[in-house]
Amino acid sequence: MSDTLTIAGREFSSRLIVGTGKYKSYAQNAEAARAAGAEMVTVALRRVNWSNPDEERLQDHLKPDEFIYLPNTAGCFTADDAVRTLRLAREAGGWDLVKLEVLADQKTLYPDMEETLKAAKALIADGFEVMVYCSDDPVYARKLEEAGCCAIMPLGSLIGSGLGIQNPLNIRLIVEQARVPVIVDAGVGTASDAAQAMELGCDGVLMNTAIAEAKDPIRMARAMKHAVIAGREAYLAGRMGRKRYADPSSPLAGLI
Amino acid sequence: MQVFVNGDAMEIVEGATVADLVRQLTDDPRGMAIERNREIVPKSAHATTQLADGDRLEVVQFVGGG
Repeated sequence: MSDTLTIAGREFSSRLIVGTGKYKSYAQNAEAARAAGAEMVTVALRRVNWSNPDEERLQDHLKPDEFIYLPNTAGCFTADDAVRTLRLAREAGGWDLVKLEVLADQKTLYPDMEETLKAAKALIADGFEVMVYCSDDPVYARKLEEAGCCAIMPLGSLIGSGLGIQNPLNIRLIVEQARVPVIVDAGVGTASDAAQAMELGCDGVLMNTAIAEAKDPIRMARAMKHAVIAGREAYLAGRMGRKRYADPSSPLAGLI
Repeated sequence: MQVFVNGDAMEIVEGATVADLVRQLTDDPRGMAIERNREIVPKSAHATTQLADGDRLEVVQFVGGG
């Protein structure tokens, strides 16, 4: 039986979404995204740099017919900026599936949940399908879902920190209450972090730096692909109970 | 007359449209979006939208990001 991820009516066979920042080149980025088996990649929107007309273009390497673009609002610190950015993204690419993030400060890039909720409501009213980066606060996660967000994306730890999932209990609470996909976004450092997110019952993982800043990004992308699959399978299989003492695996009867 | 593109001043001819400006800026406008005085100008309206002196334009495209 196939185990697919459905977000806003779109079906995905990969549960790993990757970013397109911090790579040595767009060519390496594309190779990593393919190695990760990703179907969706996050992209940012920025002013065209006229001073270098020969600058490589994202869409020449990560082609929109190969990957679904998920435009983000990275760098936005107010709801108004985020909404403005995504309206431009919709004009540039025609996509209405977006990643909303409204950040509070440069040092932590922690999500400003009040502004995030405000932006989510405005975007949904304007016809967007909003996947939302958020804190691991189950109360705000519920409010965002009630506002109509199509995926809840709590942080494991701070963006780019690689510190893994700092509050697995909260991630679990969010997973248990959610009726839309929950995707851990930010904080994954290595494969076991991705597997842990999936074992907690998350529907997917979004990462950028863990792959881009690995010594061998292509190999790490492959590792992440396997980790997400392994974690998902383990979650679906249902882990054994925890016991305080040993329980022999070989029969006690018939010992010589 | 003068308009501002991504913050920089630029001279354009009187009566120029957004489409004229785009041609002046690039020969490959794929994947770009344009905002004029904070209002998006859809691609379908580039040829018919006349610019005015002092207009502020943002021309953006997708780049790598997380």
